[in-house]
Amino acid sequence: MYRIRFTDHLILILGALFLCMPVVVAFMTSTHTAADIHSNGLSLAWGDNFIATYEKVLTQKGGFTGDITGARMVMNSLILGIGFAVGKIVLSMLAAYAIVYFRFPMATLSFWVIFTTLLLPLEVRIMPSYQVMSDLGMLNTYSGLIVPLLASATGTFYFRQFFKSVPEELLEAARIDGAGPFKFFIDILVPISRTMIAAIFIIMFVYGWNQYLWPMMMTTDESFFTLMRGIKSILQVWVGSNIPDYNEAFALAILAMLPPVAIVVIFQSWFIKGLTESDK
Amino acid sequence: MAAIDISSVGKIYNGGVRAVSDINLDIKDGEFIVLVGPSGCGKSTLLRMVAGLEAISEGTVKIGDRVVNEVEPADRDIAMVFQNYALYPHMTVRQNLEYGLKNRKTPREEIDARVNEAARMLEITQYLDRKPRALSGGQRQRVAMGRAIVRKPAAFLFDEPLSNLDAKLRVSMRGEIKRLQRRLGTTSIYVTHDQLEAMTLADRLVVLNGGQIEQVGSPLDVYHTPASTFVAGFIGSPAMNLVKAELQGDKLAIGPSLISLNGYAPTSGAVTVGLRAEDLRTTSASDGMPFTVEYVEELGSQRLAHGLVGDQALTIALSGEAEITDRMQLTIDPSKLHFFDAGTGKRLEARALAKAAPTLAEPVA
Amino acid sequence: MAYTTSQPQPGGFLSRLGFGAGARKKPAVAAEEMKRVQFTSPVLPYLFLFPQLAVIFIFFYWPSVQAVSSSFYLEDPFGFGSTFVGLSNYTDVLFSAEYQSIALFTAVFTVLVTFLSLSIGLLLAVKADRVIRGASTYKTLLIAVYAIAAPVSGLIGMMIFDQHVGPFVKMMSYFGWHMQVGLNYYDTAFAMTVVAVWKQIPYNFIFFLSGLQNVPVSVREAAMIDCRSGLRRFWTVVLPLLAPTAFFLLTINVTYALFDTFGIIDVMVKDKPANNPVTLVYKVYADGFRGNDIGGSSAQSVILMIVVFVLTIFQFRFMERRVHYN
Repeated sequence: MYRIRFTDHLILILGALFLCMPVVVAFMTSTHTAADIHSNGLSLAWGDNFIATYEKVLTQKGGFTGDITGARMVMNSLILGIGFAVGKIVLSMLAAYAIVYFRFPMATLSFWVIFTTLLLPLEVRIMPSYQVMSDLGMLNTYSGLIVPLLASATGTFYFRQFFKSVPEELLEAARIDGAGPFKFFIDILVPISRTMIAAIFIIMFVYGWNQYLWPMMMTTDESFFTLMRGIKSILQVWVGSNIPDYNEAFALAILAMLPPVAIVVIFQSWFIKGLTESDK
Repeated sequence: MAAIDISSVGKIYNGGVRAVSDINLDIKDGEFIVLVGPSGCGKSTLLRMVAGLEAISEGTVKIGDRVVNEVEPADRDIAMVFQNYALYPHMTVRQNLEYGLKNRKTPREEIDARVNEAARMLEITQYLDRKPRALSGGQRQRVAMGRAIVRKPAAFLFDEPLSNLDAKLRVSMRGEIKRLQRRLGTTSIYVTHDQLEAMTLADRLVVLNGGQIEQVGSPLDVYHTPASTFVAGFIGSPAMNLVKAELQGDKLAIGPSLISLNGYAPTSGAVTVGLRAEDLRTTSASDGMPFTVEYVEELGSQRLAHGLVGDQALTIALSGEAEITDRMQLTIDPSKLHFFDAGTGKRLEARALAKAAPTLAEPVA
Repeated sequence: MAYTTSQPQPGGFLSRLGFGAGARKKPAVAAEEMKRVQFTSPVLPYLFLFPQLAVIFIFFYWPSVQAVSSSFYLEDPFGFGSTFVGLSNYTDVLFSAEYQSIALFTAVFTVLVTFLSLSIGLLLAVKADRVIRGASTYKTLLIAVYAIAAPVSGLIGMMIFDQHVGPFVKMMSYFGWHMQVGLNYYDTAFAMTVVAVWKQIPYNFIFFLSGLQNVPVSVREAAMIDCRSGLRRFWTVVLPLLAPTAFFLLTINVTYALFDTFGIIDVMVKDKPANNPVTLVYKVYADGFRGNDIGGSSAQSVILMIVVFVLTIFQFRFMERRVHYN
């Protein structure tokens, strides 16, 4: 047997500290006042300004036009996260169903057309994408925020792998039981994909929630700002101010990381399963 | 309930691979047919063509009076039991049983009546509200059977339904399938690679090899008069001994020993001879076939001695108490010998079979 | 609706390359057979595919084609049409000293981030796989920050490395290193690399740990009998079995360092890219969106597309032979 040594624990503890400390520091510091932070630096101790800071961040109207609150940004982030996750699941489940369960002349071509999108991340075609959105008049809309992000094959890939792992006999039994393509999809495939759908939902929600570059380009109207976009603008205001609002920036960061961190910790096993076992 | 008529059926996969060729089989109403053969022999493909899960490349399949080549599986009036049960994992046992009936718009009372009857018959009534994952392998198998029974189909199709079960359960489920089929009288086609399962279940056995029928017949027919070396080696346990031998007039030469045939010789020259392990006897006479024992398998009621005659492997089955020595003399009733063509492996009928009364082989002087 | 069988179809080239979320541990074996039995219908598959294909055509293919075509044009800054300039956008970009130095930084940054986050992730996974006491606590702590967005990590990093309040800067000043993140090129590069590595470790940890736990117990036990040295066992038995995971992660990490670090960089350079290190992706964005140089930005996009493509082929070709797929 391998003997567990002290150094094993030491390495793990150091690793955990390295990864988690910055988050703890960010949270603790956000409970202090800006002046306090400015004079004493970041803090590991609990301050007494927690409620004031978060109340201000969530409710005070900020930005240049003054009509965006933190709460509004949270809502926009939720809309983006949920809208993206739902759209992704619907589109990719349908497409994967067609590819795996149907035989048709264009199957291979469709497969290629869809999976080529995995080659080029949004970042490298960001300018022309912006132009297309501008031509379509989709700037500063929720659909403009969400729909273009759906143009990738990740979800389709997950579902394709999953569908292929579904025992063949299930379809055969369903055929003998008189189920056609619609019935099979609704009665059998969707229900047995529930866990997979849930796993993909949280993964895609986090992905949508975390979007930065796209919302930054797509939204100039502050009422569409997401939390990530808000972080950008709080930093822009910051440049040149005497005592930057460190506490508010940290509070915004904590709000922005709360759902992803909570999801990862709570749904740990699902999350890992969804990520690592999708190829089975 | 219906007869099934399979005529000149063949299967060619895209790419030209031939899985099944020229199968002709008349299955009578209520008959229990077992398709048996090694893996890759085409037995499952044949079954799936009957089910409509594989397209039929050649020939026709008739269920009742209807040619079903182009009929959807759901409309063929068959039910199928799969090896891995293929229960819908998200439905309760009851919902699994009901699903096919609901899709056929069967009236509610009728569904309930049939489900309850099938559940009672299979003794799964107390599990009706459970999900399949809460059931043991044997119980899942019963549910899979139940799903077939509630449909009251013209035919049951079984695709190796017992091979996921452990040995003991397999034996009891085997009995149960036979009992149910007798009781319901439904025409059944059953695919297995297990010759024992095939022997015990079948009204008629169909032995398949390389996509073709080797032999069709009742289990005992097939056992006692195998049509080829393939069937001889496949059916029966331990497998029939197949040894190279030469017919010299009325004598059979196996290695160094000669056996007198009393007129049973079907031909002359090189043949393959089949000897069932249990047909071989030891003799105290010094002029039988000399047999060198290599090792012994104890089965309790039987002792299997494996060894050599000349340079050819042979197995004999002796009673549990029989004494086994390193060297023994063997003898066999010539009427129990099976002769096969040395080249084609096809059975050669012994000419004298009808007239000569079986006598013990006389050692050659 | 008829009902037919299918023959095996060639699987996707991309999936074999290990691309995409699904091709996790076994990049080379994604070309499995299709379903034995499938539906056939003249309309339905197209109906099901339509939404996905429509979105892809409008928001992927159209912009990608536009990127290629506008890379050959010089756009009038005031929007009065454009002139065909052939390859001059490309030559302008490739011969500019600024672009070259950014490309160099991007390469160094990518290698460092990939190497550090992979090796730290592997180290932690190996240790976490061994300990029994506290295993799940360690696991939770080590993956907790996995899903934090790049700009949020950038923001936190910026504070840790802040000149006035940053604890790391204070600590370093005792050692005589007066960091000026945001002003000093190398200090900023250092901070960016640390943040980028920090954000990526949990991801690598998750995959390495799951890869380790997929090594069958019987294989480990066999190795235990055959080989006394634990380190040697790791190198000769466990690591080769982890190779598919590592290969997959290499692809993902390079992609991450090239593209997904945008948020970190954008936050950390505080809109002042002038004397700060940035990556090629940031430059595409800065030139196109801020500098309004559509042609130049598009040419850079196309260059990046080619880089991604070549990298993919390269990684696949060279790594495939050294990887034991189980």
